Amino acid sequence: MGVSVIRYSPWIMHFNAGACNGCDIEVLAALTPFFDPERLGVRLAPNPRHADIILVTGALNKKAAERLRRLYEQTPSPKYVIACGACAISGGVFTDSYPVISRADRVVPVDVYVPGCPPRPEAILYGIKKLLDRVARGG
Amino acid sequence: MAVVEIPIGPQHPALHEPIMLRVRAEGEEVVEVAVNTGYNHRGIEKLMERNSWVRGMYLAGRVCGICNAVHTQVYVQGVEKLMGVEPPPRANYIRTIVMELERIHSHMLISAVMAEIVGFDTLFMLIMRDRERVMYLKELVTGNRVHADIHILGGVKRDIDEVRRDRILSELRVIEERLKYYRKVFEEDYTLLKRLAEVGRIRKSEALSHCLVGPTLRGSGVKSDVRFDDPYAAYSEIPFDVVVRDEGDSWARMVVRLEEALVSVGIVRYALEHLPQGPAVPKAFPRAAKVGEVVSRVEAPRGELIYHIVSTGGGNPYRVKIRTPSFLNIINTEFTYLGHRLADVPVIFSSYDPCISCTERVLVVDEKKGVRRYVSLRELARWGTT
Repeated sequence: MGVSVIRYSPWIMHFNAGACNGCDIEVLAALTPFFDPERLGVRLAPNPRHADIILVTGALNKKAAERLRRLYEQTPSPKYVIACGACAISGGVFTDSYPVISRADRVVPVDVYVPGCPPRPEAILYGIKKLLDRVARGG
Repeated sequence: MAVVEIPIGPQHPALHEPIMLRVRAEGEEVVEVAVNTGYNHRGIEKLMERNSWVRGMYLAGRVCGICNAVHTQVYVQGVEKLMGVEPPPRANYIRTIVMELERIHSHMLISAVMAEIVGFDTLFMLIMRDRERVMYLKELVTGNRVHADIHILGGVKRDIDEVRRDRILSELRVIEERLKYYRKVFEEDYTLLKRLAEVGRIRKSEALSHCLVGPTLRGSGVKSDVRFDDPYAAYSEIPFDVVVRDEGDSWARMVVRLEEALVSVGIVRYALEHLPQGPAVPKAFPRAAKVGEVVSRVEAPRGELIYHIVSTGGGNPYRVKIRTPSFLNIINTEFTYLGHRLADVPVIFSSYDPCISCTERVLVVDEKKGVRRYVSLRELARWGTT
């Protein structure tokens, strides 16, 4: 896989698939200069076609899941997915609610799981770093 | 001239009611806006009926991550009424402190987002930096940065000790200083005035007839604040002003928010200095409620938040109906976009505080040529202003 592409600066696309905003404000905080994600070469991509990493938050209701699948297809390879927060990992408090699919890995392949409700910005950056390390090792 | 249809959305990534704005524009002028909701449905009201009273508390907080403490407050104060539990005064003060810290960070967040939307990125970064101080204080009091989860039926989970109190007071001084500076920037900066003043004007009569709430209503000269009109928690004992502005435009709404954040700093300070002695953390709480129903309301950062809780007795609610302020402010303000330029749409939309993040895309459909292309909301905000 064209791993060398992502070694430069992986751009992140943040996708809210039915989250409560908790994760989203922490993702937003993690992407500001206070936590400085750009030292990892990471910045927010405006469009799935520009992105290398899709950061999914939220419990994925049925409509959002369809959109996530479409966004994943639009993202050029190599691409990676980070499931951020309890809801994207297991459904969190919304597990078994009628409109939610409740796991991001039921829709797209997930590479890194960042737990927490919501995860701290440091945890989100740590998840990104883990993914980048794995990519650098050629995984 | 061809009418161009521009759906903004349909997914609004950071909004707790993700939404679609279908904008029809003739040239640069907006001629019609239709709002379409129904995305990001998580079935919370139905889940509430299945869960116990205590688990419902956590669910209520997760309706919205930005105003989670007020959601928990409105649920808990309703359930406490049904159960006949009265929280001790110290617990009420601590709840108030957490809710006001949340209001400060929420108002700072939307001010930062507004700065970014109009293209003032430096201000966005500065406000986000100082917002981290508030998040730190929230963590100091509750143990969590975002989801406070400090409420429990009949009290709070954590008490505030002397060391924490002094730390908060000293940090508040810095935050107040910075907020005063940002208010000055919003009041005086040429760029912000150019983009915000006279944009999305709502007259007093329109605000009332369209059932708007919160800073949007107060920005149009109506003095209405649940904290003041129908005090809950410790607000009846704390002196504070209700901020009102008469201009009614996007600028007035933003200045109302920044001034409110300053008022909130005063409330937190007063509450900390007059913290009543006594217990705050209950040793036990009831698990079952009596038969009855209750309507409870609070002032969320975005306006009046109402829960209607019905109990038929037993361990879980029969029905919980939630009405959030953003719902009214977004759905009922379609008329404010008309006649404005396309680039003003994101500004007006943000001035209602729908918590926008930066990943929305806008689909531009040129009906004449049948061409579709995606542009980001940020791009749209800068469109046609040069």
